[in-house]
Amino acid sequence: MDDTRRSAPAQWVRVHPLLVRITHWVNVLAVLIMMTSGWRIYNASPLFDFRFPTEITLGGWLAGAIQWHFAAMWLFALNGLVYVAYGIASGHFRRKLLPITLPAIVRDVRDALRGRLAHDDLSIYNAAQRAAYLALIVALTVLVASGLAIWKPVQFYWLAWLMGDYEGARLVHFLAMAAVAGIVLVHVAMVVLVPRTFPTIFTGRLRRAP
Amino acid sequence: MRRNESLKNHQGAGLKSLERRLFLRRGLSLGALALLSGCELTDDEGVQQVLWAMSRWNDRVQGWLFDPKRLAPEFPESMITDPFPFNAYYDEDEVREVDGADYRLELAGLVREKKPWRLPELYALPQVSQITRHICIEGWSAIGKWSGVRFSEFLQRIGADLSAKYVGFKCADDYSTSIDMATALHPQTLLAFRFADQILPAKYGFPMKLRMPTKLGFKNPKHIRAIFVTNQYPGGYWEDQGYNWFSGS
Repeated sequence: MDDTRRSAPAQWVRVHPLLVRITHWVNVLAVLIMMTSGWRIYNASPLFDFRFPTEITLGGWLAGAIQWHFAAMWLFALNGLVYVAYGIASGHFRRKLLPITLPAIVRDVRDALRGRLAHDDLSIYNAAQRAAYLALIVALTVLVASGLAIWKPVQFYWLAWLMGDYEGARLVHFLAMAAVAGIVLVHVAMVVLVPRTFPTIFTGRLRRAP
Repeated sequence: MRRNESLKNHQGAGLKSLERRLFLRRGLSLGALALLSGCELTDDEGVQQVLWAMSRWNDRVQGWLFDPKRLAPEFPESMITDPFPFNAYYDEDEVREVDGADYRLELAGLVREKKPWRLPELYALPQVSQITRHICIEGWSAIGKWSGVRFSEFLQRIGADLSAKYVGFKCADDYSTSIDMATALHPQTLLAFRFADQILPAKYGFPMKLRMPTKLGFKNPKHIRAIFVTNQYPGGYWEDQGYNWFSGS
């Protein structure tokens, strides 16, 4: 992964390690399946006064949606484990996501809203990015925990207890889904606004401005 | 299927002329589109095979996770859901009426005593009660009170082979289902004759329902007319259509 830097030291900056790129795209697929099939399952017994349009759901009917949801959960969980294990063991999390302070987040979010956020070095996440990516990791972890509590409220009774019993876990699962959807929307919007970041999640590198 | 072919052609033609980056971008958005037309994707035969295989794998995992001693939470009377929701594969006005006087519970398969049981004989067995949460696969849940004989006790009395894999149920409303022996022997699995201290009304499954707080609602058969013990996977009404067989809590 570091050989790009050696072969062309002045021109290329490594932005994303290979493992982060692979787990990113596997996660995109897994979350897309989990979310669209989850909406179909939600529609069978809505928590709130609305349903998701069936055109954007996966599975065709409740049984199909459940099959998708409980098949893709393995892809999602295993991929997530690989990513988190790598993030901790390699120091990726520590280097890229820390340190993070509240004043820095406030400053960067304000700059971003004014269109003045600097993107000079894409290999370094700004504080707004760090906060968003950390929040996403937390929200996805809460999704897994509440999902396990809904699936196995008796066997994982301690998880169900933590989430406020079965019905509490359903609510937590929904709210965590909404948080993930919100973070993803902002993430995609930011990529559209700063399009030169997009190829880096495939190639992992960026040509340094001359 | 046709969609998949056109998708493949599209990518094949585009590959030469497009930059790798563009190709990836287009491929991803096409992939997302294909995903969003979930019905067609789900109907694909190869996809079906993978989804069914994963469901069988999940049956095994749930069997490993199942702790035969772990009890489902029980609740005070004050938390009982009233009215308790009706649910079946038909509407409430189509509930089957079973005649209690003529009723015989039939037994079959790996069972020593196959003599049919009448209701007064069943009512004479030692009865226990539970107030537990019924969780529907649709997501909703409701708390109710059921009373009856421990199913493990009943299975012992009829000399069932407790090392067999499955217990199957045939119902008077043409419903059917089957469960694993470990759940059949769980202390909270009841052959229930009463709901809220009253003889089970027709809509809750007269004359008897197998009540399992460790399984989703649809695994709890109502209007049971025959019980059989077997080592051959019996499936069930919903299970044969794609609902996960184990469906344990």
